[in-house]
Amino acid sequence: MRFVDEFREPELISNTAEEIRRLAGTERHYRMMEVCGGHTHAIYRFGLKDILPENIELIHGPGCPVCVLPMGRIDDGLAIAQEPDVIFAAFGDMMRVPGTQGSPLEHKARGMDVRIVYSPSDALKLARLNPEKHVMFFAIGFETTAPSTALTMMRAKAEGIHNFSVFCNHVTIIPAIRAILDSPDMRLDAFIGPGHVSTVIGCRPYEWIAQNERKPIVVSGFEPLDMLQSIVMLLHQLRAGQAKVENQYKRVVPWEGNRAALRAMAEVFQLRPYFEWRGLGFISQSALRINDKYAEFDAEQRFEVPGIRVTDPKAAQCGEVLKGVLKPHQCKLFGRECTPEHPIGALMVSTEGSCAAYHNYEHRKAAMVSLDPVA
Amino acid sequence: MLAESAPVRFRDPQIEMAHGAGGKASRKLVEGLFAPLLFGSSPGPLGDAAQVDINGTTVAITTDSFVVKPLTFPGGSIGELAVNGTLNDLAVSGAKAEALVVSYVLEAGLPTAVLEAEVRAMGKAARDAGVRIAAGDTKVVEHGKADQMYVTTTGIGRLLPGLRIDPRSVRVGDRILLSGPIGDHGITILLARGELDLEADLRSDTRSVLPLVEALIGAVGPGIRWMRDPTRGGAATSLNELARDCGLGMVLFEDQIPVRDAVRGACELLGLDPLHIANEGQFLAVVSPEYADAAINALSLAPGGSEAQVIGEVRQQPAGTVLVTTLYGGSRIVDMLVGDPLPRIC
Amino acid sequence: MCLAIPGKIVEIFSDNQDSALVDVVGVRRKIDLGLLQDDKPLPGDWVLVHVGFAMSKISEQDATDQMNTLRMLGEIDGAMQEVNGYGLEDVN
Repeated sequence: MRFVDEFREPELISNTAEEIRRLAGTERHYRMMEVCGGHTHAIYRFGLKDILPENIELIHGPGCPVCVLPMGRIDDGLAIAQEPDVIFAAFGDMMRVPGTQGSPLEHKARGMDVRIVYSPSDALKLARLNPEKHVMFFAIGFETTAPSTALTMMRAKAEGIHNFSVFCNHVTIIPAIRAILDSPDMRLDAFIGPGHVSTVIGCRPYEWIAQNERKPIVVSGFEPLDMLQSIVMLLHQLRAGQAKVENQYKRVVPWEGNRAALRAMAEVFQLRPYFEWRGLGFISQSALRINDKYAEFDAEQRFEVPGIRVTDPKAAQCGEVLKGVLKPHQCKLFGRECTPEHPIGALMVSTEGSCAAYHNYEHRKAAMVSLDPVA
Repeated sequence: MLAESAPVRFRDPQIEMAHGAGGKASRKLVEGLFAPLLFGSSPGPLGDAAQVDINGTTVAITTDSFVVKPLTFPGGSIGELAVNGTLNDLAVSGAKAEALVVSYVLEAGLPTAVLEAEVRAMGKAARDAGVRIAAGDTKVVEHGKADQMYVTTTGIGRLLPGLRIDPRSVRVGDRILLSGPIGDHGITILLARGELDLEADLRSDTRSVLPLVEALIGAVGPGIRWMRDPTRGGAATSLNELARDCGLGMVLFEDQIPVRDAVRGACELLGLDPLHIANEGQFLAVVSPEYADAAINALSLAPGGSEAQVIGEVRQQPAGTVLVTTLYGGSRIVDMLVGDPLPRIC
Repeated sequence: MCLAIPGKIVEIFSDNQDSALVDVVGVRRKIDLGLLQDDKPLPGDWVLVHVGFAMSKISEQDATDQMNTLRMLGEIDGAMQEVNGYGLEDVN
């Protein structure tokens, strides 16, 4: 696969890991946070921790839009879909996320019309094909995905489609990073920046991290060589006492972002004054709602939503894991009451949530006496 | 001796789609409800087929239901799946199918032409495999049930001589073999459903693997420890079951796992792992190391076996687990999924 | 978030210039080019695809530059190992 395989070349990966070991030395302990759930997933999928030196610690950040969605919002979305003739459409990521009365798939088993879509445009297509039904698209994602939802609503408006609405749970990344940095028990040296969010927002929005917080941040791609190169770049900055924003993912991320995508978002969305993030609490100006011009597509305006807040069990330590203060296996519920099959907390619910990723890909490795180098 | 029933351990209040997906939820249902009530308290490892002794002759017997949607897809249809699937369950249990019986549950309103096409396909698949369809049964249910048709086949066969297949015979150092590329069937079906709007030049790999199994047995019979056809749940599920049953680690070499480009592309696009995708024309085998080369040779010379590969080996650690390793020294655990693999965007 | 895959534009549909067919090693899907209005791709261009929308054009030049930088890392490493082998450490 072009633009993928080159960045998975084993020899180059080994060489870059070697360079990281050289730069990291043995004296200092580095704590780097990868913000984006996609990076968390990549770290585990490619086994990158196996080739990084012990003194580089990767802390998993809060960039998992499924994980940070409060259970009450899932209940709300499913409540709308209980109305007769409503089709609940969502990405596969949402299908097993439990609400208080079960997940979307469990509701499907009980007779709700639930469809998995790959794209918001597929949800709109469902609306075109089923004029006698109403299609409600349960939208999630950071700024990577929000422009596609926005453009889909613009298309719906232009076509005069009336049986389509969006239940909007889009969130924004900068407030989440701020919440991490504001957290008193947080000690981080640097950030691996979210590469795909940055295709939309560009690299400027991170400048305050470098200038005010004095932490280096490298906007990174998702292949093994991308992430390793980003770590090399961060080590260079840290060793030189620098703090800058750098773009490792140049082949895809424009420094100024994607103007057309930002225009689409501005056309359709406005910022909510505040929004609850599961595990992090209420954060102001951190989420999007549909503006008045597109109110006809706002599921929250077209339908009654219970809007009941559901709090997580106190024993679940999602907040501390989300902020990188605890490792997944250090949460008392990890692997016992809280597993991928029976997730209690946010981070076990999505495959890129740090607890789920750790549980699925890693924690039985910790039990191994010695991991043989590969044959 | 018929087993006494044992206590039920299955606690889910209702049956979900996940319970039929071949992953963890399926396992919980089988081990927690069916096994205690039907097989008694310690049935041993559950294989693809059972062995029954009839007056001193051991026969293998297995059954499988086919509920695929759509009924027809590139590379085949429910009829062929229904024949090949059961032949394959017998083959990987070391048995050659002698006869099949088939039962149909048909939806009222099903066009006769559709039924005829599937029955024709079954007849052809059976003849091609040299197996008799000996008897059958039909039921019809109301329109709206049965997704047009459900087919169940039960196969009975004689054990092939010279084999002692048992997961408990697997040893450290054994090699893990795969007969050909994985993921073709599951991705073909996913695309054929049309919900994801993807197109690819892909076909289901449905076929009888008996000729390949016979070639393998002919070359290295005594060295075969275990075989399985990785259907729903994929190779990951089959190997996880083996790892659990023998208590050892299944270590796979990622660069040696054969996957077609289009399967890879679809999996990358949808965030799926080919190891979790269903296959209908492949099988896994664990053979003792001194036989590995001969095994691959025999498979590659047999028709349809040219893409057979050694994909890994058995090690002490990580015990009871499947580990995929890369050339640069990275590794990840591959567990069984809870239910069907779901596309993701995150 | 953010599963996005490189794909090659195979065809731009004549009845809708915002719609194109993208190919990912033989898997094809219709995608929306609406987010690339300011820099419209042409057939043969590579784009990054996320949820059926093209997010960005992929710069082959930047990709090549990156590979060269990464390759140089390996060469520098190799050269350093050679130098270390000369036993010059005590000179430093």
